[in-house]
Amino acid sequence: MASPAPRFPWTDPNAAPLIRFEGVSKRFGDFVAVERVDLAIHRGEFFSLLGASGCGKTTLLRMLAGFETPSDGKIFIDGIDMTAIPPYERPVNMMFQSYALFPHMTVAGNIAFGLKQNSLPKPVIADKVKAVLDMVQMGKFADRKPHQLSGGQRQRVALARCLVKEPKVLLLDEPLAALDKKLREQTQLELVNIQDRIGITFVMVTHDQGEAMTMSSRIGVMNAGVIQQVGTPVEIYEYPGSRFVADFIGAANMFEGTVTVDLPDHVTTTCPELEHDLTIAHGDPVTVGTPVTVMVRPEKMAISRDKPAEGLNWAKGSIADIAYLGDVSTYHVLLASGRKVQVLQTNLRHTNEQPLTWEDEVHLGWHPANALVLTR
Amino acid sequence: MMLYSLLALAYAFLYLPIVVMIVFSFNASNLVTVWGGFSTKWYGELLHDQKVLDAAWLSLKVAMTSATLSTVLGTLAAVALVRFHRFTGRTLFTGMVTAPLVMPEVITGLALLLLFVAMEHAFGWPAGRSMTTIVIAHTTFSLSFVTVVVRSRLAQMDASLEEAAMDLGARPLRVFMTITLPLIMPALLAGWLLAFTLSIDDVVISAFVSGPGATPLPIVIFSKVRLGVNPEINALATIVVALVGIAMAIAGRVALGREQSRRV
Repeated sequence: MASPAPRFPWTDPNAAPLIRFEGVSKRFGDFVAVERVDLAIHRGEFFSLLGASGCGKTTLLRMLAGFETPSDGKIFIDGIDMTAIPPYERPVNMMFQSYALFPHMTVAGNIAFGLKQNSLPKPVIADKVKAVLDMVQMGKFADRKPHQLSGGQRQRVALARCLVKEPKVLLLDEPLAALDKKLREQTQLELVNIQDRIGITFVMVTHDQGEAMTMSSRIGVMNAGVIQQVGTPVEIYEYPGSRFVADFIGAANMFEGTVTVDLPDHVTTTCPELEHDLTIAHGDPVTVGTPVTVMVRPEKMAISRDKPAEGLNWAKGSIADIAYLGDVSTYHVLLASGRKVQVLQTNLRHTNEQPLTWEDEVHLGWHPANALVLTR
Repeated sequence: MMLYSLLALAYAFLYLPIVVMIVFSFNASNLVTVWGGFSTKWYGELLHDQKVLDAAWLSLKVAMTSATLSTVLGTLAAVALVRFHRFTGRTLFTGMVTAPLVMPEVITGLALLLLFVAMEHAFGWPAGRSMTTIVIAHTTFSLSFVTVVVRSRLAQMDASLEEAAMDLGARPLRVFMTITLPLIMPALLAGWLLAFTLSIDDVVISAFVSGPGATPLPIVIFSKVRLGVNPEINALATIVVALVGIAMAIAGRVALGREQSRRV
């Protein structure tokens, strides 16, 4: 048993990354799909590329697999330049969105296909196929054809077909997009468990931020061919580096404003949409007079009829809409400036004696540490 | 009721001539249009007509050879057109491969004849009109049909299947043999059968490129008819209809069967 991989390898400046993108660009004619991407992914990571469709995440993955050649830049796997190496000689395997199971072969035939290419002796192939089928709990289905399987079963076979090759990196292209919601959530955890057990590095492409947050060690948020931010799910959610990331990941209230006071531990900004100046303890370095965006997550605000305690940021408004989801409620509060703000509150008690309702006058309060100043 | 009378009318229009021909192939009389009772004597007589038998055998050989050749070449063309997305002149080639479908046969036949004569002058091959020239000519026009059939099948096929095979370590030739070929095989069979039927009933192009030593069956029928139709021709034509019908039925079965197992 190898010693477990360090929990946060990317924080070690001396660690050699397993995968390195160096200034990688990809152009299709005039269209720039990927623009000068630098990225390091470490051994044992579960790395997700997250972005809307057409943001270049799949192109990046396909370049790693060898199906596309970078227009510029280099890709290294384990220190070896992959640029001139064809897909069939790369130490990576890809799980396709459509699963791409060979319809004319049985489940066992599909899984054995990759091993046959390595000219392994037949008994060895049979043993490996059986072992991997048992691992994904598909042992009973070895002789079925792909069209006789359900979506979830096909997904397992596709995974097994990749894992049996014992690649250095497993690439997953929207691996769960074809499954229904319940199965998807269950499979998310299963995938993470399998990855934990076998220790192979996973690189996943997804447009589903919940999926990326649940499964990944780190996430690279992409937009228009550029990686906007790389970080752990917590970093990306709590400390987004740009307006785009703040808006793309989760819900965010954003107020445009100008910095009026700049002190070491906090800044003060004036926002035209708010009556009171805001005090913020986190964010990009700024100077007085800089135009900034102040971001506050809906769940970081408190809503009540009473004025919040001294030292908190606050605003006043009336409830315009309530979305009751059972566990939580989202309140849409209309401020005097006409601006709507989202506030999320957990419904802690069965019933509230005086529940907040439409048209109620309310105060919103949030701590300076729960807001963020963004300049990009 | 209305529906059935309409159907009957349309199908009578399509099949009445053939039915009449088949019925009269069992006519005992020497006259084509006068019914003289049921008999299979014309089928017997056919078996002793060496000229017809030779022609039938030649037609069969030509059809098999040209169908096979055009399937191989047409599949290669289809793979090049579908799988290699960006090469100079792809649009031009796509258009050009289908042009022979609408080219008048007289022109194709004449052009081929001129080419063969010119080649014979230049380097002495092909010597005269023979089975070789017929095979080449039939391959030329069947090729387009095969390409069209195989191309549409390839275009429908999920390209990620081939990528997956390559990803799992198979080199391009191996990918083609183990993944692409088995999956497009129904189209290849359909294309082969189509090319076979096109070849076995071709008159116009054969008329240009066949010679005294090598006369395919349709040409023999055609020349016999010119001397006056006799019931033996009806018998011969009935056999041809039966053969073509069987071939098309097999092609239909193959296409349908594969269609069902392909749904994934």
